[in-house]
Amino acid sequence: MAVIIILIILSILVAGSFLAGFIWAVRSGQFEDTDSPAVRILLDDKK
Amino acid sequence: MLTAPLSTLNAQPAEVPCAHCGDACTENSPHLEDKFFCCDGCKTVYQILAEKDLCTYYDLSDSPAGIKLKNRNFGEKFASLDNVDIAHKIIEYADAERVKVVLHLPAMHCASCIWLLENLYKLREGIVYSRVNFMRKEITLQFNPTQISLREVAELLTTLGYEPQINLDTATPKLADKQYKRLLYQLGVTGFCLGNIMLLAFPDYLAVTGVDFYAQEANRGFFIGLNLLLALPVFFYGALDYWVSAYKALRARTVNLDVPISLGIVSLFARSLYEMLFLNGTGYMDSLASLVFFLLIGKWFQQKTYAGLSFERDYKSYFPLAVLRKGKKEAENTEEEFVQVTDLKKGDIIFIRNQELIPTDGILQSEKAQIDYSFVTGEAIPVQKYAGEQVYAGGRQVGEGISIEVTKEVSQSYLTQLWNNEAFQTPNTLSPLERKVQLFSQGFLYVTFSIAFLAGLYWFFIDSSKVANVFTAVLVVACPCALSLAMPFALGNALRLLGREGFYLRNAEALLHLAEIDTLVFDKTGTIMKNDSETVAWVGESLTHQERAYIALLCRSSMHPLSRQIFDWLNPQTFQTELCLANFQEVVNRGLTGWVNGIKIQLGSSKLATKPLPEESAQDTAGKVFVFWQNSCRGYFRLESHYRDGFPQLLQDVKDNYEIAVVSGDNDAQRENLAQVLGKNVTLRFMQQPEDKLLYISALQQAGKHVLMLGDGLNDAGALKQANVGIALTEDTTQFSPACTAILHAPSFPRLGKYLQYSKKLVNVVYWSFLLSLLYNFIGLAWAVSGNLSPLFAAILMPISSASVVGFAVLMSEWVRE
Repeated sequence: MAVIIILIILSILVAGSFLAGFIWAVRSGQFEDTDSPAVRILLDDKK
Repeated sequence: MLTAPLSTLNAQPAEVPCAHCGDACTENSPHLEDKFFCCDGCKTVYQILAEKDLCTYYDLSDSPAGIKLKNRNFGEKFASLDNVDIAHKIIEYADAERVKVVLHLPAMHCASCIWLLENLYKLREGIVYSRVNFMRKEITLQFNPTQISLREVAELLTTLGYEPQINLDTATPKLADKQYKRLLYQLGVTGFCLGNIMLLAFPDYLAVTGVDFYAQEANRGFFIGLNLLLALPVFFYGALDYWVSAYKALRARTVNLDVPISLGIVSLFARSLYEMLFLNGTGYMDSLASLVFFLLIGKWFQQKTYAGLSFERDYKSYFPLAVLRKGKKEAENTEEEFVQVTDLKKGDIIFIRNQELIPTDGILQSEKAQIDYSFVTGEAIPVQKYAGEQVYAGGRQVGEGISIEVTKEVSQSYLTQLWNNEAFQTPNTLSPLERKVQLFSQGFLYVTFSIAFLAGLYWFFIDSSKVANVFTAVLVVACPCALSLAMPFALGNALRLLGREGFYLRNAEALLHLAEIDTLVFDKTGTIMKNDSETVAWVGESLTHQERAYIALLCRSSMHPLSRQIFDWLNPQTFQTELCLANFQEVVNRGLTGWVNGIKIQLGSSKLATKPLPEESAQDTAGKVFVFWQNSCRGYFRLESHYRDGFPQLLQDVKDNYEIAVVSGDNDAQRENLAQVLGKNVTLRFMQQPEDKLLYISALQQAGKHVLMLGDGLNDAGALKQANVGIALTEDTTQFSPACTAILHAPSFPRLGKYLQYSKKLVNVVYWSFLLSLLYNFIGLAWAVSGNLSPLFAAILMPISSASVVGFAVLMSEWVRE
């Protein structure tokens, strides 16, 4: 059963990495413009 | 039909949409093979795009993507950007090979725009990269200054229809939206902690304390310690705004709703801490985290902002960044150069081109000028000025360029002074509902404390070990979190609903102010009267077919707005005669002269008359365009402005419940007409200067009225600020609108009365949500005073009460909308 402690620590680390990801996303401005990326992805380059 | 020969005045099949912007083409429209365009500007853009194989632009959206380019006049507008100092005001970063600049392009409106603007590098050598922020309507551009200059970039964008907005405001550094980012961080951190705390509290929920493993001291310590660790960021970072707000309120010796909330959070935390450290208990950290998380979500929900709109605009966003200085008064042979308007000194001679704005007060040097003060005073007709006369900031020159000697610096000018007038900067007042909430919070705090003390006292005699337990439980349960969620959610949702309709409120509190309104003040010109769609009426003997064709031909050669209007009214699509115009001449302020089939035709103001005019038409010549046939007056066109669409409907909605007044900068020529439409109980005030409007509104407020001001221009700016709710009406939300509480998109104008009703219903929704959340508080209190509040019960009750109050508020705010 003691393994659960390791598992909990691991799960918190995994969740923590997601939190770090979120903070990075906010910092890099991904929440500043939520409209244009949605459109941009549908526009393809004419080759 | 499209292949029919196209001589200049030949009729074209009706309703051919412009291949670029979708406007109907007129008969003399330019065309390229089978594509028709409404104007040369549109054709140019199409050609540019076709050449670089960028016509995907037109396929990306359902409606035509292009931006109308009619009546646009760029001239030398961006010449000032060649000046290094001025360019650097707006450039973000520059070295020898790279320049990065962020430009505001209000015309951006669809997916096609994003596509085209991000493909600029294909269009012109030198542009390295461009990225659009659609919400802010901004483009970040990087270009190579050795290949293309900033001015050329601006001109390229303008040619395509995306004219960058460069004004004094652009040069003032903006405060980034740091607050919103912090809220997102707080939400992220609190959400992370909440999830993990709940997971760790699971053994307790399932009552597995009997299991050997969990019962072991060391293992239990691990769970508790981890929980505590996770609760710290929630308590210190997630709930930070509540500490700050409560502290500020207490220092000001008032109580806001954040005070009881903070108290609840503190007692929750303190009690959990005590239980965890000394009683080996699990505490209420899960309830704490979910509480803070819900509160933050409420904040986030309410903080719906319209990035593309600005409610704070002042004279800075109206003034140009730079102006051409021809020289200085005393110093001779100074060079012509562009200077920033803020650097203008007394004695400078500046040159103002057609349609440019006069940035500061001065004395006219040119022979004469025609200055349109409509935005400052609301007067629709341009004012004639002669050399040596004083001209004021905010006017727009119409016609040839003029020279002005600066007499005051920009910061001292009439307009800027007006803006900085104390009365224009009224502090925000609390709405009645907010005041009630404040009173309520005070009462709430006293009641909660009394209950906590009484319950504690009771238990002191029954079972003294439970005193602290019950005391804190009462404070925890009475925490008005659901209460504080009701308002943000109900109002935030309403804000979104109204925003979708084209009524953009600055913030949620504005809705509360809106509900209190009892007096409506309308501006006339541009607000209840439309100034762009004046109707044309012909006064005189009716014109023959041929005469109409002649006049249309004359009008067609002129770019003057009145000529365009008359041309449209004549609807020359019905004429097919081949005509030719000779000796055409256009004189500013006078009108047009030309010969058609040997007949001298003149069109313009009464000054063209060589003989005295017939008596009835000679009076009140404003708004009249005379027609002269071989020097004798044939009659005149009368231009009448008319009411905005839906105004009667709006009036019907509001006239029984509100006091109505109309203020106008114009003279009282239309008093009777207005009085007839508006009815007897409406106050009409004419010849109102911007200050008069402001004073009138403050007088109404002194009399205890809650005033809504609806206006459109800079001339209403003071009144808009002074009013309890100032609404700026705008045809195009990307255009300039003065500082205000709300921006109303013109098509939604008739529904204003409905919005007022809605705001009243909404306040009731907030009251009902308050009642609902109080009910939960009472249920919780019953458990708390009986000493039975368990962590599990708290962890269930709190989210349920919050969620149901939030759900109720959102659904009701949706439902009360018709």
